[in-house]
Amino acid sequence: MSYTIDGETGAWELVIGLEVHAQVVSKAKLFSGAATEFGAEPNSQVSFIDAGFPGMLPVINRECVAQAVRTGLGLNAKVNLWSRFDRKNYFYADLPQGYQISQFAHPIIGTGEIEIELQDGSTKTIGITRLHLEQDAGKSMHDQHPTKSFIDLNRSGVALMEIVSEPDMRSPEEAGAYLTKLRQILRYLGTCDGNMEEGSMRADVNVSVRKAGEEYRTRCEVKNVNSIRFVMQAVEAEARRQIEVWESGGTVEQETRLFDTGRGVTRSMRSKEDAHDYRYFPDPDLPPLVIEQSWVEQLKAALPELPDARRARYVRDFGVTPYDAHVLTLEKETAAYYEAVANGRDAKQAANWVMGDLFAAINRTKTSISEPPVSAADLGALLDLMADNTLSGKLAKEVFEVMVETGRAPGVIVEERGLKQVTDTGAIEAVIDGVLAANADKVAEFRSGKDKLFGFFVGQTMKAMQGKGNPALVNEVLKKKLS
Amino acid sequence: MHPTEFTLAGAVAALEEGVISSEELTRAHVEAVEALNPRLNAFITTTPEQAMEAARASDARRKRGEAGPLEGIPLAIKDLFCTEGVQTTAASKILEGFVPPYESTVTAKLKRDGAVFLGKANLDEFAMGSSNLTSAFGGVLNPWSRRNDPDARLVPGGSSGGSAAAVAARLALGATGTDTGGSIRQPAAFCGIAGIKPTYGRCSRFGIVAFASSLDQAGPFGRTVEDCAIMLRSMAGHDPKDSTSADRPVPDFAKACGRSVKGLRIGVPKEYRLDGTPPEIEKLWRQGLDWLREAGAEIVDISLPHTKYALPTYYIVAPAEASSNLARYDGVRFGLREAEANSDLRDLYERTRAAGLGQEVQRRIMIGTYVLSAGYYDAYYLKAQKVRALIARDFREAWGKVDAIVTPATPNAAFAEGENTDDPVKMYLNDVFTVTANLAGLPGLAVPAGLDPQGLPLGLQVIGRPFDEETVFAVGSAIERAADFKALPGMRAGA
Repeated sequence: MSYTIDGETGAWELVIGLEVHAQVVSKAKLFSGAATEFGAEPNSQVSFIDAGFPGMLPVINRECVAQAVRTGLGLNAKVNLWSRFDRKNYFYADLPQGYQISQFAHPIIGTGEIEIELQDGSTKTIGITRLHLEQDAGKSMHDQHPTKSFIDLNRSGVALMEIVSEPDMRSPEEAGAYLTKLRQILRYLGTCDGNMEEGSMRADVNVSVRKAGEEYRTRCEVKNVNSIRFVMQAVEAEARRQIEVWESGGTVEQETRLFDTGRGVTRSMRSKEDAHDYRYFPDPDLPPLVIEQSWVEQLKAALPELPDARRARYVRDFGVTPYDAHVLTLEKETAAYYEAVANGRDAKQAANWVMGDLFAAINRTKTSISEPPVSAADLGALLDLMADNTLSGKLAKEVFEVMVETGRAPGVIVEERGLKQVTDTGAIEAVIDGVLAANADKVAEFRSGKDKLFGFFVGQTMKAMQGKGNPALVNEVLKKKLS
Repeated sequence: MHPTEFTLAGAVAALEEGVISSEELTRAHVEAVEALNPRLNAFITTTPEQAMEAARASDARRKRGEAGPLEGIPLAIKDLFCTEGVQTTAASKILEGFVPPYESTVTAKLKRDGAVFLGKANLDEFAMGSSNLTSAFGGVLNPWSRRNDPDARLVPGGSSGGSAAAVAARLALGATGTDTGGSIRQPAAFCGIAGIKPTYGRCSRFGIVAFASSLDQAGPFGRTVEDCAIMLRSMAGHDPKDSTSADRPVPDFAKACGRSVKGLRIGVPKEYRLDGTPPEIEKLWRQGLDWLREAGAEIVDISLPHTKYALPTYYIVAPAEASSNLARYDGVRFGLREAEANSDLRDLYERTRAAGLGQEVQRRIMIGTYVLSAGYYDAYYLKAQKVRALIARDFREAWGKVDAIVTPATPNAAFAEGENTDDPVKMYLNDVFTVTANLAGLPGLAVPAGLDPQGLPLGLQVIGRPFDEETVFAVGSAIERAADFKALPGMRAGA
């Protein structure tokens, strides 16, 4: 059942396309050697090029181009061996050159596609229209002084990839899933860190609504939305607004809007009439960007395994469910952790531990998979202690908690606390003999057919052994003694 | 002989032989500048102390045996080249007081080779003009004067008018210029000296205040073709800081000046015969071709069919790029800022640019903004790009038949202040013979070849294949030798 919003005149379908600005992971800016580190002192990472000084010229950063190509390959997209930079002209205080260098007419990456996963387990293919490289502008700060605006040019000239989707999404969930998947791919590739809070990934959301079977109606663009949750909220808020406009007999005007996260509504930023005439033209300071197919092939050969391939491999080689594979591959770091635990061990058991106990411990301790409370090596060692019957499942959970608390290796904890499971049949027999002797009445009841009492004997035995009895052996010996 | 009378090549030899020191040579030029610049206004900024200091340092280097190819040679630098620690204005109010914390690549190379800088030469504001009259720091006087009207204030041409006037009046042994549509060749011709715009990409544009990036190219002025060749060798070369600079070896251009033109095929484009060209220009052109024929060259009639579209194409492409290049002069980070206490950003922009940019610059920004605007882009900018490609193709086809092309450098001799100024289009026509080389990216040399009836210098232009400045220098030198141009401007050092 496809997603619709019910208005007074019936059901409305949503049409959503996303333009994502992703900051390229690179040491230097797109056209200058200045650094790009986040959080530096204002105006401490600015070259004369970034500040638009007279006579300064841009020189393309090869690594930024490589990152764009890698991303294109990760989006199954066409890599254009010939592309070109244009100037987008407008005046603003944080745009020192008076133009942004961008690829308007000839982007480096053409059409591609990605597959998104939805809650109900289904998948959907979303088309990528293009990816192009461009410079970021600086940052204007209007809240630092009562009558002045401050400008920080650290971001001026930083390389961005603008990734434009086809209008293929039909619900807030799909928009969210698309952004999640895109971010996942970028992080796997290492081409963008995907940190929406720090602004290294921002989305412009294009939304329109229509009745089933109609052509597209007018769309509005909601600018600069900076979290996946807000994107989903903005889609819905904007769709509802448009439905109201249409249903009250109005017409949706093409315009740029902003999402007010506090009130959960979009508001107008500028109408089409106020739209800038950017006077795009080819940047005469930069020759066309020509790359070799052989270089693209080299980059392709060196690409890391991407989420879809990794998920398929987990299902195939590790025997985990598609859902578990999805969860384990969402973050590159999780997948790496999981593989370190699973390799050479019971992979399904490893999955349960990572997704269960480890995730719970991360939540509880407010840590992350990159700095986990228990290292992959230690969790692996814990699984090994279960495999060789040193620990029962129950004991292992206890040991795991101590590991979270103390950060110590499981072997050390087992030794120190004498948690080692008892696998000596003689010792178990001795304890069981005592339990049976002390509960002669229950033994009689059992023998007269009250089978349920078996669990009672197991419990009593384990209690007497402080939980250290090997459950399988306890069962086995009990059965023998009671038969 | 007065030290300002050396050619650049002669001064290099004299310094090498120890006949003169750079300190003596530079002092003579500093004094010449002090004496004549108040009248000529060839310099916006003079740097006599730095020049003398550089000269002494140069003499010390020479003593240590570390002399470069331009060791100790005093030069004038067009005030469009950023010079570290020395005000760089582009002859605009908007950059008055701007002291760059960096050096342009071309001037850095000249310094590396030992050159001494006398100061920053006047020019048309942002290099936009053909008379030097658009400078915010006043026009430059041409050191030549009309026989029958000696009081007429003649312009030196533009945009590199200060550079040309300084070299012609013996205030400097050579000068840098830039040429976007003729800004080296036209003033060279008006001032009776040589000047070359090399192939686009030959010299780095890094640190040169941009006018029209796809057309701008730096080049030298000299009193001889050989002087230009010596300077160009120092100025040229690949620069990783300029993506449009060419990664090609730089030949010893001066050697090419002595090359014979025997067997060279010289093209004469019929489209350069314009109605209304003064007879003395026609005559000079024919004379130049005769000299080359006598020197063993073959004269070939050729056609460059799209020539008539060159000027309109240029006046679309250049303003379009300029409108974007000049957006950075906004009063925010450097240079002039005009604002009231309650100004908002838009007001700051409008006041700053209205006060800081002159009329001609504003006109070109308006034209450029217009031709790039939605709805007009295809009809103007895109069409101009297509025509530009056709003009380049005309030349490519010509290179199958000829090795160089010879034309007049300008359609007339130097005009007086007040002439040509009523109609901007009339002024633009001064570039009619020169813009094609910029549009096609080709090297073009202006060489003095004769005088008009008023005793004013006239120049011929030699255009060559891309990166074949050597043939251009060879042909230019052959014309120079045959012309034996000995006339001197009335106003000059030592006169």
